[in-house]
Amino acid sequence: MFRTLLASAALALVMTAPGIAQDDLSDPQIAHIAYTAGQIDITAAEQALRKSTNPTVTDFAQTMVRDHKAVNVQALALVEKLGVTPEENATSTALSDAAQAKSEELEALEGEAFDAAYVANEVAYHRTVNEALEGTLIPSADNAELKALLETGLKLFASHQAHAEHLAADLQ
Amino acid sequence: MSTLLIRRSMLAGLLCFLSPAAPVLAEEYVVTIDQMEFGDVPAELKVGDVIIWRNNDMFRHTATDRDGSFDVDLPPKAEARLVLESAGSIEFYCRLHSGMVGTLTVSP
Ligand SMILES: [Cu+2]
Repeated sequence: MFRTLLASAALALVMTAPGIAQDDLSDPQIAHIAYTAGQIDITAAEQALRKSTNPTVTDFAQTMVRDHKAVNVQALALVEKLGVTPEENATSTALSDAAQAKSEELEALEGEAFDAAYVANEVAYHRTVNEALEGTLIPSADNAELKALLETGLKLFASHQAHAEHLAADLQ
Repeated sequence: MSTLLIRRSMLAGLLCFLSPAAPVLAEEYVVTIDQMEFGDVPAELKVGDVIIWRNNDMFRHTATDRDGSFDVDLPPKAEARLVLESAGSIEFYCRLHSGMVGTLTVSP
């Protein structure tokens, strides 16, 4: 829970903090945040594929890996095409740190406890990233192609969030 | 004997071909998947018509009948044909993204 809050706080920094990073986010920084957000979900799914034996959970995790890899392949192709180097920043670093801590917390769990915690975190994480995409990253992006890719990412994250919510209800 | 059999089967084949139950000209319709959604589905579908599922997304999807009569795999940017074989209201969804749903209404 605390780690989820940490991830939320990291994104809240870009979303709401007046005068801080928010308005200053450059496209290379936005690209790095979006790419990192996808990588984090891939890593979490790979952990679930290692630890879970529940087929609805592993099916979900496989979809997370497949979809987020697809977006990130496009993201890399786009930054290359634009000649942009994604730039690490406070938000992407905070996201990675929070995800690392969450992963250690989940690693200690097994069976149904792991499944429930993984899916609950997926719900919270996708919701947080959705809000950041919608509230900050998309409006701040200058390049039209980057903006379009982020919009696709938002549709994807929204779909995954709904999927995770259904799964969380099913697991109860 | 064998000739007679062959003639009979040819006749049966011919009758079948001419039978009024045989479908009138089948139509082809495209249903496009874009941005994690199924696009509009044609209103007047008949048995024998063909749906071409076209996946414009970078994501893999499926078009799957909830009752199990079809399960079409749709890799990114791929398309696949489905012949409608039975009449009725067919609820379909994407097995990979449960929020993606639609209904085909097929008349006999
Ligand atoms: Cu899908």
